[in-house]
Amino acid sequence: MKGTVASFIAKSTVKTADLEHRRKINFNIEKYNAVVPQGKQQFSDLKLAREGAKNVKWRAVENLASYLEEFEKQITAHGAKVIWAETGEQALVEIGKICKKKKCKTLVKSKSMVTEEIHLNAFLAKHGIQSVETDLGEYIQQLAGEPPYHIVTPAMHKSKEDVAKLFSEKLGTSPDLSPGQLTMVARKTLREKYVQAEVGVTGANFIVADIGAVAITENEGNARLCCAWPKTHIVIAGIEKMLPSLNDLGLFWPLLATYGTGQKLTVYNTLVCGPRRTNENDGPDEMYVILLDNGRTNLLADAKTREALYCIRCGACLNACPVYKNIGGHSYETAYSGPIGSVITPHLKRMNDYKHLSYASSLCGNCTEVCAVKIDLHQLLLENRHEAVKRGYSRLSERIAWKIWKKAGLSRKMMNMGSGWLKNWTVNKMFRGWRKHRSSLSFSQKTFNELWKERNNN
Amino acid sequence: MNVQIFIPCFIDQLYPSVGFSMVKVLEKAGCNVKYNPDQTCCGQPAFNAGFWGDAKDVCIKFIKDFSGEDYIVAPSASCVGFVRNYYSRLFDNSSYHNDVKQLNERLFEFSEFMIKILGVDDVGATLEARATYHDSCAGLRECKIKSEPRQLLNKVKGLELVEMNDVETCCGFGGTFAVKFEPISIAMADQKLTHAIETNAKYIISTDMSCLMHLDGYIKHKGAIIEVMHLAEVLANF
Ligand code: SF4
Repeated sequence: MKGTVASFIAKSTVKTADLEHRRKINFNIEKYNAVVPQGKQQFSDLKLAREGAKNVKWRAVENLASYLEEFEKQITAHGAKVIWAETGEQALVEIGKICKKKKCKTLVKSKSMVTEEIHLNAFLAKHGIQSVETDLGEYIQQLAGEPPYHIVTPAMHKSKEDVAKLFSEKLGTSPDLSPGQLTMVARKTLREKYVQAEVGVTGANFIVADIGAVAITENEGNARLCCAWPKTHIVIAGIEKMLPSLNDLGLFWPLLATYGTGQKLTVYNTLVCGPRRTNENDGPDEMYVILLDNGRTNLLADAKTREALYCIRCGACLNACPVYKNIGGHSYETAYSGPIGSVITPHLKRMNDYKHLSYASSLCGNCTEVCAVKIDLHQLLLENRHEAVKRGYSRLSERIAWKIWKKAGLSRKMMNMGSGWLKNWTVNKMFRGWRKHRSSLSFSQKTFNELWKERNNN
Repeated sequence: MNVQIFIPCFIDQLYPSVGFSMVKVLEKAGCNVKYNPDQTCCGQPAFNAGFWGDAKDVCIKFIKDFSGEDYIVAPSASCVGFVRNYYSRLFDNSSYHNDVKQLNERLFEFSEFMIKILGVDDVGATLEARATYHDSCAGLRECKIKSEPRQLLNKVKGLELVEMNDVETCCGFGGTFAVKFEPISIAMADQKLTHAIETNAKYIISTDMSCLMHLDGYIKHKGAIIEVMHLAEVLANF
């Protein structure tokens, strides 16, 4: 068994049995479920809004090359520098160069999944640069030494007591601080870092082609400080973050807010069109935008999987996924977890190492039902399974088993071979491992087919 | 009315009585039930495993076995949902395109057929018990079945139907998922069962024997006091 699979199974086995984990996740997701319907009320026709959003993303992705060029042209005209990175390593090298030039010792960053994808913090640490997470959830995770648990709410698996305990261990605060007090502790520490930092790093929720802007959505105001306070601002954005026009934000901002957190609008929505201009007081001296591929063009190349690039990372599919809720975000061992993670990771990384994620689904379809932009997620999981088989990444025993299955499926006679090999095949293939936590199956002595014939001959 | 029945492979092999219960109810409702003894499987298992080539051959056999004009009724939303939503993708741009379209106009899950086509919600069944209904994901999301089984159950004499919490959450079966990722599947079953037990129901009823087989295995393993029953078995109780 591949290391990635073995590790996934080991981690998910431990988590599913952890009832305290189950309780916390159910509690936090119930809170999310309670507010989302309120957010949805702002749409007079939600179905239309989601379909509209899907159409916009369809247009953005179908014409991605030209929109990217337009974006580059516009934002460059405003003084930003655009860097194209084909891989995560290339992006890191470029960031390393900028940091070196700026003699960066401290770097502040806002919440960004793409920086998780390329393992930016580990890279910076190796080069002696302190990278400080400024989003409260990410700050908690950084203190704990853990990657984010969820793409929107990084510390979703921690209760307020867990956080108080963590702060007390790491920062020496009293172990019974309230969430409000804990926030103030983080705020005080972080404020100092903004002042020290030579470089600020943010992701992008959207990149907007027609006006050449980076759109950043957040609730705490920390991302605004990351992009405005340090002298240098680096944005890292996956190429699929594209929206054709400023006008599209009128739909995408409320949609992201509602599906992400149940809000009508996230508290801060910032558009950054370049570094500080000569007549302006605030903002960085320099701004870099790194446009990252890192496997996204693999998804783009195939018309069937392209839809996965519509994702706005709202996290709704994670919250709706019974597998995610049971195994938690860390069992995946990928930057993107939950249904969308299982769909894209095999393409962003190696199919053979991550195809198991596409099989680790009961195909219940709830992800597809809740997706903000109506991505057919469970269908894409099936596409991945098919792709893995097509590329020959299945085991020989499996291939043989399905050939035998096909034989039976084409021959009624074989299916009536009673307690014969079909049932054995079923038991061995389908139900090996069945009996660990389930009682054994009691087979009928005769098939419906045989019983029907008996009944009708009488 | 002539009705062709499709008996899914695992009902054929493991639970033939469910098939006969459906036959009994359909006959009571005035249908002339026909069964093509050549039929085997809809092809879903291999398709879900990614073996679309192997699946396709079995799907073609299904299309041929169920050609004609009659309605086709199956006691499984899973199989019906698969044929409905995935055959069109498998046979897009092929000579079977029209056959698939025509097939899907005639194919119904059992409860759906009772309500939407026959317009019958009371077959005179009796079950003196409290029960809870489990929405199978295939029923709910692939076939959009929600009210039909409930409408039928509400007419069963003596039956008190109680809804469980999180009724639309998956029970964790998912075919080979149930064994390939056994701990996840079991954790899902555990939460489903907890919700079902909270209703104090004697029975968990569903349109899909696959969910019920999985739940039943877990119920017996745990020694829980609740039983599973296919909707057709409940309705055949007259
Ligand atoms: S796939 Fe859909 S639901 Fe999931 S994060 Fe992306 S947009 Fe949100």
